[in-house]
Amino acid sequence: MNLFTIFISALLINNVILSKFLGMCPFMGVSTKLDSAVGMGLAVTFVIFGASVISWFLYYYALVPLGLEYMELICFILLIASFVQFVEMFVKKSSPGLYKSLGIFLPLITTNCAVLYVAQDNITQGYSLIETMVNSVAVPLGFMLMLVIFATIRERLNGNDVPESFRGNPIAFIVAAIMAIAFTAFAGLV
Amino acid sequence: MTAVENKEAKMGFFKEMIYNNPVFGLYLGICSVLAITTTITNAIGMGMAVIVVLVLSNILVSLIAPITPDEIHIPVYIVIIASLVTIVGMVMQAYMPSLYSSLGAFIDLIVVNCIILGRAEAFACNHNPLESARDGLMMGLSYTFSVLAMSFIRQVLGTGVLSFTNPLTSTEVFAFRLIPAGYEISVFTTQTGSFLTFAILAALVAAYKNANDRKVAEAEKARKVAAAKAAAEAKKAAAAKAAAAKAEAVKAEAPKAAPAPAAKAEEVKA
Repeated sequence: MNLFTIFISALLINNVILSKFLGMCPFMGVSTKLDSAVGMGLAVTFVIFGASVISWFLYYYALVPLGLEYMELICFILLIASFVQFVEMFVKKSSPGLYKSLGIFLPLITTNCAVLYVAQDNITQGYSLIETMVNSVAVPLGFMLMLVIFATIRERLNGNDVPESFRGNPIAFIVAAIMAIAFTAFAGLV
Repeated sequence: MTAVENKEAKMGFFKEMIYNNPVFGLYLGICSVLAITTTITNAIGMGMAVIVVLVLSNILVSLIAPITPDEIHIPVYIVIIASLVTIVGMVMQAYMPSLYSSLGAFIDLIVVNCIILGRAEAFACNHNPLESARDGLMMGLSYTFSVLAMSFIRQVLGTGVLSFTNPLTSTEVFAFRLIPAGYEISVFTTQTGSFLTFAILAALVAAYKNANDRKVAEAEKARKVAAAKAAAEAKKAAAAKAAAAKAEAVKAEAPKAAPAPAAKAEEVKA
């Protein structure tokens, strides 16, 4: 599979939110404002890229030689949790301004299932290092794209008269359903 | 804390499931709910896996919590959960290979299911193992109930057939056609249908909660009004009683005051 195909398919066709349903918690939680959507998107992109590349090295250079492939899940989740913690500490020390805008999103990312999914998906698909890098950039960019589109829609939605029971999250799911219809148009692209 | 627990205990099974529903009430662990609810078989398989992991992780966390340093409690819980998920995944892969392959990555992603870490953090770490097991079972059943409701709607409307496959033998246990062929709404089997079904079920839960809360609020208001009325009446009665007592006291004092000068006069006379 060439790199461009991997990129487009991860970004649009198999969009992480609309077709894989991953990362729904932060998607619903922080998509109410455009600023926080962009902040969360950037933080997720950075963490997914870093964690996936490190996981790739960990898997092929530590777990496979030792015959410990079944420890994959435990190792990856620990790696993600500590990576997130490390990034948080690093950003806090090196750039307080960035920490102020991204800091609150970082602890949430550990439980973002997209991070663990991408790390595992790179292994199950048998991607090489370059393919892993492309995939781990495309997936979070797809996440960010959705988050930003969704935040702008929800900002408009706030001023509307929604039936009482649908207020808040239920109407957001209706919006997501309509967006999923729109995204099926990409299905035949590659 | 105890008042809340008593209230929960009084609420009853069904109401508790709706009120504390982790999926449609609190929006936890919705990734897997949206993804795997295409068939009832998948929903039951996922529900069972979540119940097993949740009960065991709650028990282990409640046992280990007192000796865990506070700073590293999250990594410790995550390792416990990840180990349990790995075991469950291996068992499923060995005995129910078709179910395991259709649930795909979502078995592994139970690790980052917020319900499990959430219950470990909110409940299991400060309760005894028995209570934690009960809580895990309750939450797991709520989750299973939610995925089952959603997969029922999606499967019946989307394919028109209600069927269940035994995951151990991969043979069909039953299959009824509820909607004649050609009239099924296939959009319900797609991602769009998943979001739509979820939105409607979440709105139904919200509507039930709103109506119930309103009823409770009204009852509370009526009780308050009645209490205020009773209090006002009691006050009135008390005031009346006090006034009567005062009047009596005045009456009683009046003759006392009257004979006093007379007595004095008598003394003077003497």
